[in-house]
Amino acid sequence: MQPFDDHPETPSQTAGPYVHIGCTPTFCDINVYSGDLGASMKMGPVKGEEITLTGSIYDGLGGALKDALIEIWQADADGLYNAPEETRGQADPNFTGWGRSPGDMQTGAFRFETVKPGRVPWPDGRLQAPHISVWIVARGINMGLTTRIYFDDEATANAEDPILSRIEHQNRIPTLLAKKTAPGQYQYDVRLQGPNETIFLDI
Amino acid sequence: MKNNTPRRGGFMARNRAGHPTACHPPYKTSVKRSPQAALLSYPSSLSEESGPVFGPDVLGPLDNDMITNFAAPGEMAIGPRIVVHGRVTDESGRGVPRTLLELWQANAGGRYRHKKEGYLAPLDPNFGGCGRCLTDEDGQYEFRTILPGPYPWPNGVNDWRPAHIHFSVFGSSFAQRLITQMYFEGDPLIWRCPIIGTIADKSAAERLIAPLDMKRTIPMDARAYKFDIVLRGRRQSYFENRREGL
Repeated sequence: MQPFDDHPETPSQTAGPYVHIGCTPTFCDINVYSGDLGASMKMGPVKGEEITLTGSIYDGLGGALKDALIEIWQADADGLYNAPEETRGQADPNFTGWGRSPGDMQTGAFRFETVKPGRVPWPDGRLQAPHISVWIVARGINMGLTTRIYFDDEATANAEDPILSRIEHQNRIPTLLAKKTAPGQYQYDVRLQGPNETIFLDI
Repeated sequence: MKNNTPRRGGFMARNRAGHPTACHPPYKTSVKRSPQAALLSYPSSLSEESGPVFGPDVLGPLDNDMITNFAAPGEMAIGPRIVVHGRVTDESGRGVPRTLLELWQANAGGRYRHKKEGYLAPLDPNFGGCGRCLTDEDGQYEFRTILPGPYPWPNGVNDWRPAHIHFSVFGSSFAQRLITQMYFEGDPLIWRCPIIGTIADKSAAERLIAPLDMKRTIPMDARAYKFDIVLRGRRQSYFENRREGL
């Protein structure tokens, strides 16, 4: 038999305690670059509802992580991605769709100034509920964790969502929902373990 | 000509056996930071197949040179000078062009420039410890730095990290996002390290060890190490009647 020409993915390793040196050096007072990538998702006036997303990441003992890096990726208000892969139209040029936060220096809490995303199709054409893709790395996390943020004020869209509707333990869905705390303000916490462990995805 | 360019389908399933286990008790911090429930598996959608793209306008002229990018004018970081190069491909073997790599590492004495770092080895005033570069059209990259030192870390009583460089790689899709570490051929600390030990498959862990590359070594200047990186790949479909993504 011919040998199978395999190209296995490079293994992940933890981002370690100093991921901020590499990914947000300005935050660490290492002024090599002109600012940190992903610090702002808006390059000018943006379309749609502007929102603030805040939250923390908790370990299995209830402690908030202070050395994590969280990245988000989302569509614009019309459901279009600012990416070459987007073929359905031109996304808002003032909205990058990608944000990165090292968290607050003292508390670890993250904060994103973004827009409420529009709906994006699933491969079969059904519309997904508005959502934000999330990627979390930190010391002690051996491989970046993937999850999604949905919105608790989108009940109709959430009920139609191809991912949410297929989750067996529907009681876990609140772990994926950002809670509206005030107009334009959403709170979203991540729990790595425990009875309210966040749903993490393998996509 | 029709159908001579592969259409790209969804992402191939990730082979997690070639990755670390989430909870590896010898790496103590992983015990309470590892999800306990099974991950929920779904096919990729545009949300994962798209991703941020960075152009050369992001980079400064010294971003790929950790020997000088933090140094005072006319000075250089202390340590054995090295060039690290390699190719970023996907699981189909295709080069990943114009993708951003971010790098960080300890200085030659094994010390990071970070306020939470407690190792007694001194900082190098001319070394910041971060760099970045873009791959070219073929997926090739290179950067210059100094050989990082091994260092002790608070895990077991006497645990030492092998010399390593951290890599953050974007790819062209958010599903390809990867952070890993590159180790150096011949380092006796590699197989003693609980963080390498998170990868149960030794042949997978071996792929994180960069060999010395004498062909790229610059005489009387800098040794070279070669570190290739493979990102996740997408299914290829030549047939237009095949549904994409599922």
